[in-house]
Amino acid sequence: MALLDVRNLSVDYLTDEGAALHAVENVGFHLEEGGSLGIVGESGCGKTTVMMALLRLLPEEGRIVNGQVIFGGRDLLQYSEAEMRQVRWREMSMVFQGAMNALNPVRTVESQIVESLRLHITHDLRVARERTGELLELVGIPAQRGRQYPHQFSGGMRQRAIIAMALACAPSILIADEPTTALDVMIQAQILELLEHLQAELDLSLIMVTHDLGMVAETCDDVLVMYGGMVVEYASSDVVFNSPQHPYTQRLMEAFPDVEEPGSTLASIPGNPPRLDDLPPGCRFEPRCECQWREAICAQKTPPLVEVEPNHRVACHFARQRPGHVKGRIG
Amino acid sequence: MQALKQFVRKPMGVIGAVMLLVVLLIAVFAPRLAPYDPQERVQVTPDDILAPPDAEHLLGRDDAGKDVLSQLIYGARVSLIVGFTASFMSMFIGTTVGLVAGYYGGRIGNGLMRLVDFLMVIPDLPLMLVIIAVMGRGLLNIILVIGLLGWTYTARLVRSQTLSIKERQFVLRARSIGAGGARIILRHILPQVLPLIIAQAVLDISVSILAESSLAFLGLGDPTLISWGMMLNFAFERAISRQAWWFLLPPGFAIVWISLSLILIGNTLDEIVNPRLRTHHLFDARRMVALAVGESAGRRVSEGGQDGPFGCA
Amino acid sequence: MMEAQPILQVHDLCKYFPVSRHIRDVLTRKPRRYVQAVDGVSFAVQRGEILALVGESGSGKTTVGMNVLGLQRPTRGRILFDGYDVTEWAQGRGPSLETGEKLTNLSRRRRVMTLRERAQMIFQDPYESLNPRQKVFDIVAEPLEIHHLTRSRAEKEERVRSALETCGLAPADHFWDRFPAELSGGQRQRIVIAGALVLEPELLVADEPVSMLDVSIRAEVLNLLHALRRERGITILYTTHDLATAGFFTDRMAVMYLGRVVELGPTAEVLKEPRHPYTRALISVVPVPNPRRRRKRMILQGEIPNAIDIPSGCRFHPRCPDAVPECQETDPQLRTIAGSHKVACILA
Repeated sequence: MALLDVRNLSVDYLTDEGAALHAVENVGFHLEEGGSLGIVGESGCGKTTVMMALLRLLPEEGRIVNGQVIFGGRDLLQYSEAEMRQVRWREMSMVFQGAMNALNPVRTVESQIVESLRLHITHDLRVARERTGELLELVGIPAQRGRQYPHQFSGGMRQRAIIAMALACAPSILIADEPTTALDVMIQAQILELLEHLQAELDLSLIMVTHDLGMVAETCDDVLVMYGGMVVEYASSDVVFNSPQHPYTQRLMEAFPDVEEPGSTLASIPGNPPRLDDLPPGCRFEPRCECQWREAICAQKTPPLVEVEPNHRVACHFARQRPGHVKGRIG
Repeated sequence: MQALKQFVRKPMGVIGAVMLLVVLLIAVFAPRLAPYDPQERVQVTPDDILAPPDAEHLLGRDDAGKDVLSQLIYGARVSLIVGFTASFMSMFIGTTVGLVAGYYGGRIGNGLMRLVDFLMVIPDLPLMLVIIAVMGRGLLNIILVIGLLGWTYTARLVRSQTLSIKERQFVLRARSIGAGGARIILRHILPQVLPLIIAQAVLDISVSILAESSLAFLGLGDPTLISWGMMLNFAFERAISRQAWWFLLPPGFAIVWISLSLILIGNTLDEIVNPRLRTHHLFDARRMVALAVGESAGRRVSEGGQDGPFGCA
Repeated sequence: MMEAQPILQVHDLCKYFPVSRHIRDVLTRKPRRYVQAVDGVSFAVQRGEILALVGESGSGKTTVGMNVLGLQRPTRGRILFDGYDVTEWAQGRGPSLETGEKLTNLSRRRRVMTLRERAQMIFQDPYESLNPRQKVFDIVAEPLEIHHLTRSRAEKEERVRSALETCGLAPADHFWDRFPAELSGGQRQRIVIAGALVLEPELLVADEPVSMLDVSIRAEVLNLLHALRRERGITILYTTHDLATAGFFTDRMAVMYLGRVVELGPTAEVLKEPRHPYTRALISVVPVPNPRRRRKRMILQGEIPNAIDIPSGCRFHPRCPDAVPECQETDPQLRTIAGSHKVACILA
């Protein structure tokens, strides 16, 4: 049984005027124990919203209007706020986008982790301090540097500190939202290596939310591709990268440059992602889709997520008809 | 404009605007509204001096037997004229100094800021007193004195804003296409600073009015004009002992009214205009971290970005 | 065979930023310290070439771009644009770009202006590099106004239209009256490019032009730059930390580390056969979008040291997997190893 099973999750945002923007619609996926899932999409596709919904950390305007989040046999969306507090940080924790810049600048790094521990696990200062030392070492920061302030840490080290904080209560799931944006390539590699190592060492399951396809290819077992608030493709990493079936995924793969193949052409997708207040009635990608099977039905009816082969789901009316796409050709 | 839309949503601001409008209308239509002309000579009998309110003189009479209400109405003019003119002058000087000091920096900038420091250190009112005493009492002098001494705060504010705007990428781009200092200041920096200046200006008007009232109260106002400050001056000297509250309270109340209206407007504008850029993803990250961690212990974590991520400043 | 004059030559460029001192240090007369952002960079760019300056943060790549365009003043070194020494241009010294004679009566403004007409910059952040209160038309027309290049409104409109449409923003009048906030990141970046193009420059310094754009939009902008070179012969200096995009459309690549160029050569060659240990490590850790290819990643430990205290000898030696004791003493210079491929490493 999967560790985490999300079904039909839909989230709306209420505008000032009271209208409901459908930010996320019908998103579903599951996470195995010790597995890693990458959620990929460009800005505005709703991936961060999905994560916030899992932890019930949506801003005031956000509403979960449908769905189930089955974790440990129970539906998290039914939990009361008090029950959620037991889950957050202890069972499921998150490294937020930009969190490395959100560390309190006037307190030492160590004290911030200690505080977090004292809130959740123990009131004993000494125990908390010891554990903090262990956590810092775990993420590759020498324990004595914990006494420094965030501004004395480099970007990479701050991110490690944030990861340490997120792991303080030994959660079983870690959600990392754009964990390496704004970090140098080499530091990015270090952080990814750290995450892999932590996964193995702590039996941690990982959900990584990012727009960086390369990162996902290197780290994740499964990939969920989102567009316009919906899932367009969901399969193992190998399948998504080597034989994607959704036109968006295919184009996305062609738009991503490969350092090992310099000089090849790069595709771009004309147009822009849909605005939440102006969503296409049918397939959300239809206005930008250039595939040869495109027909009237695409603009009229939202394609359901269909399993075209075992463990490969695609949301396209013509998914089954399209031959397995091999990189380099548009199917 | 979008700012206007936001403004009308804030009750405090709208109240202030209405209050100001009332005063403006009174000042403009003074000749029609005032039952008597305060400049007119009146025949008075001893009974008329500091006479309490009655049907003919709704706010009674002052120590010279003149109608208090009419003076109050006409007094609005002086306050508004001084307030707006002096404030405009000080905003203009302050903005210019701030922009130049902020953009050019170096010796010019330092020099100007030292001048600002110098003027800020000297207490305003005593300096104004001295200057008026020397230059003589008159409306123009009062406006000049208030305007020429009141620009320092604005200069500081504008300079610090300029310093930060100067570093923004669109200013760098302007330089890279060949724009010179004047163009950058006027086309690129000033528009960004303008909202702040306007918000500040409104508050400044209030300060100017109070300054004028203070000067008049101390006896340094223009003797040919009636202003609320002057009314207070006379009232203090002569009406208190006779408990003629009708002469004392109205001008005081009027001053409070207009100051309050301007402060309400100014604060509201400030709220709208102040860069709430901090509510970027950064704010959310802090809030989220705080919620995720702090909330779990049942502590209420404040929504403001001011507290640290764990609920402590 | 006479080689054409390179459009840009950079000789031993150095740019140091003073570190503000503690009052204690001033009183004890401690020597001033500097952030050596760029510390001896030399390269040449041929007309119509696309050169990539690749490096991580602190490598100095952006600083090189700023100094080349005279937006910053070099601490040392020479910059030659089309053969004319423009190093001191921002200070108003140097020859006229038209005649080459040293003109003392030409005002500083005039000199800088002439350079600006021939070399322009594209910035990284499309959300920050446009004045939010200017309409698109004004943004693109402003360079024309500053340089007094048009005589009538009609002429201005003509040139703005041409620039916008070259950048794919057609019909131009559809975009003219809009404000940047109404447009997407990709569109904004095109406006920045249009604003630079309207002066008809010969050199464009593109400083990380796509790093803040979505993946599917990046190709558009990069393809546009590529087309500008192909159709107009514009030379492009492309700064980036993203090796993959550099690999995509550039002719030559210079890899920078801590203020120096450590490897320089034809892009494909540098990417396929990197000779400097840093380049090798960097290429190995760039994620590739294919899970089947499990490469051996050479992840360097530690971080890039700060540019104030540069390591002795080869500045890369503390993190270099191949370092030998000699590396601590010798500061390697760029030397040719094959054709136009140069490396700064004693072991290469």
